[in-house]
Amino acid sequence: MTNVKKGASYLYLGLVFLFLYAPILVLIVLSFNDSMSRTVWGGFTLKWYMNLTSNDNIMGALGTTIRITLSSSILATILGTSAAIGIHYMKKRHAAIMLGATNIPLLNADIVTGISLMLLFTRFTPLGEFSVVLAHIAFSVPYVIFNVLPRLQSLSEACYEAAMDLGATPMYAFYKVVWPEIFPGVLSGFLMALTMSLDDFTITYFTKGAGVNTLSTMLYTQLRKGIQSELYALSTILFLLAFILLLVMNFKKDVRKEAKTK
Amino acid sequence: MEFIQFDHVSKSYDKQLVLDELDLYIKENTFVTLLGPSGCGKTTTLRLLGGFEKPDSGRIYLNGNDITALPANLRPINTVFQKYALFPHMTIEENIAFGLNIQKKSKEYINDKIKYALKLVNLDGFEKRSIDSLSGGQQQRIAIARAIVNEPKVLLLDEPLGALDLKLRQNMQYELMKIKQELGITFLYVTHDQEEALTMSDTIVVMNQGYIQQIGSPEDIYNEPENAFVADFIGESNIIEGIMIKDELVSFLGVQVPCVDKGFGTMKPVDVVIRPEDVELGYPGKGFMDGVITDCLFKGVHYELDVQCGEYEWLVHTTKYFEVGQKVSLNVIPFNIQIMNKPESEDEEVMKEDD
Repeated sequence: MTNVKKGASYLYLGLVFLFLYAPILVLIVLSFNDSMSRTVWGGFTLKWYMNLTSNDNIMGALGTTIRITLSSSILATILGTSAAIGIHYMKKRHAAIMLGATNIPLLNADIVTGISLMLLFTRFTPLGEFSVVLAHIAFSVPYVIFNVLPRLQSLSEACYEAAMDLGATPMYAFYKVVWPEIFPGVLSGFLMALTMSLDDFTITYFTKGAGVNTLSTMLYTQLRKGIQSELYALSTILFLLAFILLLVMNFKKDVRKEAKTK
Repeated sequence: MEFIQFDHVSKSYDKQLVLDELDLYIKENTFVTLLGPSGCGKTTTLRLLGGFEKPDSGRIYLNGNDITALPANLRPINTVFQKYALFPHMTIEENIAFGLNIQKKSKEYINDKIKYALKLVNLDGFEKRSIDSLSGGQQQRIAIARAIVNEPKVLLLDEPLGALDLKLRQNMQYELMKIKQELGITFLYVTHDQEEALTMSDTIVVMNQGYIQQIGSPEDIYNEPENAFVADFIGESNIIEGIMIKDELVSFLGVQVPCVDKGFGTMKPVDVVIRPEDVELGYPGKGFMDGVITDCLFKGVHYELDVQCGEYEWLVHTTKYFEVGQKVSLNVIPFNIQIMNKPESEDEEVMKEDD
């Protein structure tokens, strides 16, 4: 009986993984397929990846993506961390209002956020790389706040006072006592912002203006012209980047746990 | 001017007055305890002296210098916090060295100090351990060590033993007194535990609702409470409304009893305080009134009895066992009857503290 139960649960798990990962697996396999057909296996090749590097459009998009992702997530981390500290020391009612406001961009449909940001930006600045960075900061900041805030809450209020009591200036107390405690939260907030920015299509699409393309919007415009095998390679790269970030985040958690148990 | 002086200090939070025109003097090298129920302003007083709060009005002096506006990091005062507040990402050694590093002391000096402080709190050899590996009692000792290595002029202790169990708390009380003797500095201790206050202090400051109710030695506070609040808060007592007929004669519960207090005037309403252990029980008719035992509880060292005398139920501590229902007489020697002025209104009680 228990064997049947066990078997059934494994089968169920297998099915879940199959549905989740089969499409991605197909994509990855196709990116190495030496045939234009989607149904025939023409042998292993890296030529689609080679083609990518010689495609100026795609290489340009890669550069844009890196610039936007890095600058937006760094700025979002700075802003989000400061905001989290501010919210933490607010009065309870004000903090609740701020947290509610922080939640809205997370729950809002991407397309609505995208359109409203576009409408806002066109009033002040031409759409381009700069406006995309602003948009990415706007939707990344909440992730940073929600990663940093729990670390602040678990830090004893008295620790900061204790540092002051022992002669530390407010800056020194923050740097020596508060910062080491919230740093893991800041780092995971940064990685989240990185992932979100890298993955985003909808909001980027509406705020990028003509001529600017990130990898995801590039993929979309290329797909409309027809499916080329280079795009499989590009998608695989995007997937791998997100996957690696995910691994880094989980690995970081494990290291922290181990350090605690020591 | 005294070593520490609070001069008409007021403080309120969200329009709620916590301290009202507080005047307090503390002598150098004494163990002073602020004692009172929660919300009485004792922790606020401590935080004002530590520099974590600024008073709304009034001045605070240390050693003759006005320190009212001085931030916490510039005051020669260190604090042992209620929840220890050790820095979790640092080793014990790094925690203790925190203040000394800021003062840019030499490495040898710091190492010597750490060794000395750990020895003082009975945790030699714990330098490299992490905070997580310590029990609550050990963490509190480290918090004390971290504060005293800076050689503060005053050590503030905010209910430091509150989170410990009874046995540990008693041990720590003796250790704190030992540390106080070794260091020879002023301790300002905040607690709501009257036993802790009575055991350790040179001087107890009893506070309630932002006002000082009484200042005195533990013996004074226990034996000669100035008002019903102090009598009730420090130990258990029978507090009975009475009339001071003349000097050395008081009337309560319908009987006249000699006492030793004078100077209350004649026919003046007063509160009479009699400690439960001062009531002597005897055969009916042998004391100033008779009563019936209504309850008898074994408490270890003594029995706790309720004795009903007409309307009033006495609380009595005795080492002898009495049956419930037994008739007894009550007697108290004049010396153990404590007479207190009865505040006619809350305002008068307050006025008394102001002058």
